[in-house]
Amino acid sequence: MIDQLTYAAHHYAYWVYVFLLLVGFHAMITHGNLLKKLIGMNIFQTAVILFFVATSTKRGATLPIVPKDAAGTGAAAAFMNPLPHALMLTAIVVMVATLGVALAVLIRIYRTYESFEEDVIQARM
Amino acid sequence: MSVLLTDLFLTLLMVLALAAVRVRDLVGAVFLLSAYGLVMSMVWAGMGAVDVAFTEAMVGAGASTVFFLATLLRTVRTERARPPRGRIASLATALALGGLLVVAIHEFPAWGDPGSPASLHVSPRYLSEGYRETGAPNIVTAVLADYRGYDTLIETVVIFTAGLACWLLLERREP
Amino acid sequence: MIREHDSVIVRTGARMLVPPIQIFALYVVIHGHGSPGGGFQGGLILAASYILIGLTLGRQELRRRAREGVLLALACLGVLVFALTGVATLALGGALLDYTALPFPGGGTAARSLGILVIEIGVAIGVAGTLTLIFCRLAKAGEGEEAP
Repeated sequence: MIDQLTYAAHHYAYWVYVFLLLVGFHAMITHGNLLKKLIGMNIFQTAVILFFVATSTKRGATLPIVPKDAAGTGAAAAFMNPLPHALMLTAIVVMVATLGVALAVLIRIYRTYESFEEDVIQARM
Repeated sequence: MSVLLTDLFLTLLMVLALAAVRVRDLVGAVFLLSAYGLVMSMVWAGMGAVDVAFTEAMVGAGASTVFFLATLLRTVRTERARPPRGRIASLATALALGGLLVVAIHEFPAWGDPGSPASLHVSPRYLSEGYRETGAPNIVTAVLADYRGYDTLIETVVIFTAGLACWLLLERREP
Repeated sequence: MIREHDSVIVRTGARMLVPPIQIFALYVVIHGHGSPGGGFQGGLILAASYILIGLTLGRQELRRRAREGVLLALACLGVLVFALTGVATLALGGALLDYTALPFPGGGTAARSLGILVIEIGVAIGVAGTLTLIFCRLAKAGEGEEAP
């Protein structure tokens, strides 16, 4: 029982990532409202970033900001892995930029069809 | 103790994500998404990714909320309740995808393992040589701006293109 | 229409808060090599200060302080600073974005540190201009058929 609990505690972040991924995915497919689809897409994107950040953690390590006298390869286990953090910074800023474009497209759709609902737009096309 | 707090925030994340998707009032859903972004940034700060948490706090709890609300100003306020059509198929697809991902979880390294493959190849070299070579103690900035500078250049172009696209899409043309 | 907020407390508080926010944004950009921060975070904070002006003091005030043409020019300038640094390193003999080829005094490590600073400033200007531009456009378009 302790083995299962330890296993569950070690992997809890991954379970939450899978759950959030499914919530976002299901929201994008099921809901007909275009803004709800965008909300689902946002949840999906942040869940993927959560996965990358969770895999870059190290137990007992600190932030990836080295003190000015650190040297030698022994120091690497005392800092979190900085490489996924750099990739995820790019991902977040691209996320907000694509959200801006998606909302601009949504406003244009509303100007033409006066609705955000998918089936109403398809009927009026 | 901080692991316990992080796990508590992770549970809160699941609740907030479900609520943001289920609530039919769109303004309320946007604010729940904003809270979700804030709690997510606290989870990342708890996991030691402070630059990422900084950016997500600005973006998820700030900029994206304001963008959503600016879109909702004169447009739609509530989502229409749809008749449940195709729900079973989409739920089955989502659960099948979830099953595949859960099988993949077994192969993941244990959480916090310093010997996981992601931390092994070039990352220790960045941590040990980064300050000596670039003069920047913040290794994430050193990686972003120096070692992986090409990605940052192309990403700046992507952001500029998105701004340009938004500007062009919403031009007011006189009829 | 995003108009001026009714309460004088909100308006005065926003007027008092915006300069410290912008100074903090500059600090985050310039000190990004030593503490959490960098170009993206500083650019986002700068954009947030302008969005705060737009939300509390009205869209006319935001238009007076940051015209859309100027914002577009800032966004282009950010990309240009970054790309021209790369072209300069190519022209001076190194690889693309190899900062040691830049003519900064002090040699390899100092040149790379200053190169990182130049890059981060370019990124901050570009991100701030783009996000404020997106907000201005979305806010103007979401109003419907009113005259700008």
